[in-house]
Amino acid sequence: MKNKKNLLASPFIIWSIAFIVLPLCMVFYYGLTDKTGAFTLDNIISIATAEHSKALWLSLLLSFISTVICLLLGYPLASILAKLGKNKNSLIVFIFILPMWMNFLLRTLAWQTLLEKTGVINSVLQFLHLPTLNIINTAYAIVLGMVYNFLPFMVLPLYNSLTKIDPNVINAARDLGANGLQTFIRITLPLSIPGIISGITMVFVPALTTFVISSLLGGSKILLIGNVIEQQFTQASNWNLGSGLSIVLMLFIIINMVVTSLFDKDGEGAVL
Amino acid sequence: MGRIAKRIYIILIFVFLYAPIATLIVLSFNASKTRAKWGGFTLKWYVSLFQNRDIMEALYTTLLIALLSSLIASVIGTIACIAMDSMKKRPKSILLGITNIPMLNADIVTGISLMLLFLSFGLKFGFGTILLSHITFNIPYVILSVMPRMKNINRNTFEAALDLGAPPLKAFFKVVFPDLLPGILSGFLLAFTMSLDDFIITHFTKGPGIDTLSTKIYTEVKKGIKPEMYALSTIIFTVVLLLLILVNKPEKEEKKILH
Amino acid sequence: MKKRILLPLLCIAASLLLGACGNSSGENGKVVVYNWGEYIDPETITMFEEETGIKVIYDEFETNEIMYPKVEAGASSYDVVCPSDYMIRKMIENDLLAEINWDNVPNVKKNIGSQYFEQSKEFDPENKYSVPYCFGTVGILYNKTMVDEPVDSWNILWNEKYTDSILMQDSVRDAFMVALKKNGFSMNSLNEEELNIAKDDLILQKPLVQAYVIDQVRDKMIGNEAAIGVIYSGEAIYTQRENPDLEYVIPKEGTNVWIDSWVIPKNCENKENAEKFIDFMCREDIALMNFEYITYSTPNDAARALIEDEDLRNSKIAFPNFDEYENLETFTYLGDEGDSLYNSLWEEVKSH
Repeated sequence: MKNKKNLLASPFIIWSIAFIVLPLCMVFYYGLTDKTGAFTLDNIISIATAEHSKALWLSLLLSFISTVICLLLGYPLASILAKLGKNKNSLIVFIFILPMWMNFLLRTLAWQTLLEKTGVINSVLQFLHLPTLNIINTAYAIVLGMVYNFLPFMVLPLYNSLTKIDPNVINAARDLGANGLQTFIRITLPLSIPGIISGITMVFVPALTTFVISSLLGGSKILLIGNVIEQQFTQASNWNLGSGLSIVLMLFIIINMVVTSLFDKDGEGAVL
Repeated sequence: MGRIAKRIYIILIFVFLYAPIATLIVLSFNASKTRAKWGGFTLKWYVSLFQNRDIMEALYTTLLIALLSSLIASVIGTIACIAMDSMKKRPKSILLGITNIPMLNADIVTGISLMLLFLSFGLKFGFGTILLSHITFNIPYVILSVMPRMKNINRNTFEAALDLGAPPLKAFFKVVFPDLLPGILSGFLLAFTMSLDDFIITHFTKGPGIDTLSTKIYTEVKKGIKPEMYALSTIIFTVVLLLLILVNKPEKEEKKILH
Repeated sequence: MKKRILLPLLCIAASLLLGACGNSSGENGKVVVYNWGEYIDPETITMFEEETGIKVIYDEFETNEIMYPKVEAGASSYDVVCPSDYMIRKMIENDLLAEINWDNVPNVKKNIGSQYFEQSKEFDPENKYSVPYCFGTVGILYNKTMVDEPVDSWNILWNEKYTDSILMQDSVRDAFMVALKKNGFSMNSLNEEELNIAKDDLILQKPLVQAYVIDQVRDKMIGNEAAIGVIYSGEAIYTQRENPDLEYVIPKEGTNVWIDSWVIPKNCENKENAEKFIDFMCREDIALMNFEYITYSTPNDAARALIEDEDLRNSKIAFPNFDEYENLETFTYLGDEGDSLYNSLWEEVKSH
């Protein structure tokens, strides 16, 4: 019986080796060689150059800020949604996924139309004689784009872990005399940690590696590490350097994974 | 927190989420070809959309890829979950770690690594390579939706079914599958949505003469989006929204009867 | 409830699968074309298919650098590609291109102006591999209502009066072209001193720049988002049509004359069809259709003669006489080392 079940894993294992592990080996191969195919560490070390480390630092900073904002916005939202009762919530959850059926690029481009100097928001503000908003082509606009695009990835896991909490536990805490804040800190928050952790991962990682948002909303004035890598492949045709920097980026993602697994002891993730 | 405050909060978030969507819908009725100028109300883009062979083909490819990749990913992912459930802790966590890679890795790295792979194996870029890539990044979403459901399965029922003489496959479909179904379905839907929305990975793994809506839009972003794209997005959005509303209405009544 | 969603999805699936059949090549084979995005009137492709019975498989790229590895790897075996000048040089040097049999493309010699073949010699010295498809200059597009001084020099892009109203090109070579030309250097310079001066200028300019964009200059200028932008001449004609306040200038320090040409890769599978396609694209009525659709200047003199609008036919923007300007240049291939030098300097600018 056991053996048979292990056999069942084979399609997935073969798939993973062919399309996950092997491609990664290719990235490592390119990242660790130069154009002639000789072994080198230069591509990886180049992260230390002023331009690359600045881009990496900026990416870390902006994606950290976006993650925090997503968490602060998403947690209250998820808990309101979780309390709404079963009848309504499937529709409401879908309302969060629904924007994703409008293409990601179009949505981001729409923000450009909204935020531009002569854009929709500023036209409205001017009409109301209010000061205009000048955040397009700045880091603020990039953060806004990140929060906008990745907020659902924060809300959904939070929502799922919050709905799993047995209301009786909360009632019990209340009966034992805990006030709202105490119940939240002692009961709800610790029980929702798996959701928080996977939410953080799901927001932080794509935010760290994006290049589309920064070029559309940042006016390409702010170079993030994703842009550097993308340019190596699409403009500079330096695949070795691009792969080398990708390896560095993967390091940060692995760190994130390790931290995540420390919190998520079941090893199952709580994404959905 | 008062009820009203909660309401206002939810409404604000909805405004934030839907402001760009509303913008796109408005743009689809804009008679001017550029998004920078309002040229009056028109429906002409909705007409020309259906005459535009390129866009219709891209739509078709997008849907087909999304559907096939999420179906195949659902099958592979579900089988993998069943297999992993009975594994020892270490191989299981290694496998789960590998599963997480495409989801946690930067899209751009996944896309490029697959491109390098296909190039070195001399595969023809086209429908097949896009499909393979989409299946690859869809599997994790299925596994992550199905895996938590494995806990709910009552092994004893399965073994009881076997003891009563049911063939394993039948026992599986009768006993285990219904418990997994909600997980599989949400994994499938998520995978479908992800595939639909993916741009970067498709961008690096597509071949000549084949476009999904995303890659089509990307080439247009630089030259100015064709208004037909706004029209198409508006239609897709409306159809999905209507579907959701329709699907949700009768369910409430069912529940009332059940309770 | 998810079941109910699944049902319509399955219906879509069934109809998609049914439609999947019947997508083979035409009666006379096929031709695989790899062109810039939005760089052809789709109607001309349909016409080609109907007239010749050859099925066209059409693909688009966004930059020369994305195109190059795909053609080099041969993973898709393209038959006709439309790269730019310096990239054609690189492809010739790396032996990726097939010589065109000029007997099979009679329309080329008949219709394409000789000055364009002359200009092409900078990257295709013997005119063996390439047929010019589109050409143009790079210049300054400005909004007459926002700029009140005469615009004739790249220097205006460094004028602090226009802080946050300047759009720069977001590509290495174009950005450096502006800075190098401003200082009177060659835009193909490999002199480190000159390049460092250009780099410092670009860094100096950065606070004034509203955004680095490629073709979005067009929408932003039409929408009055910016006062001055660096733009391709082909886009300038379109923007002027949409917003009459805009004016295009070729700066006195000189600029880039670029040419995008049809070439046939060595690893193509349908060379004869490729030549038929190129010949068809050079037919005057087809070239005219493409010109009117994409508004990029056509080197097809016969097509130009057919343009009905007299102003456009004699437009200095669309059809500049190269002899009237000084210091016009065409990009050349700088070699791998030159490329990486430019790229690292550009990164310094961008991350500053």
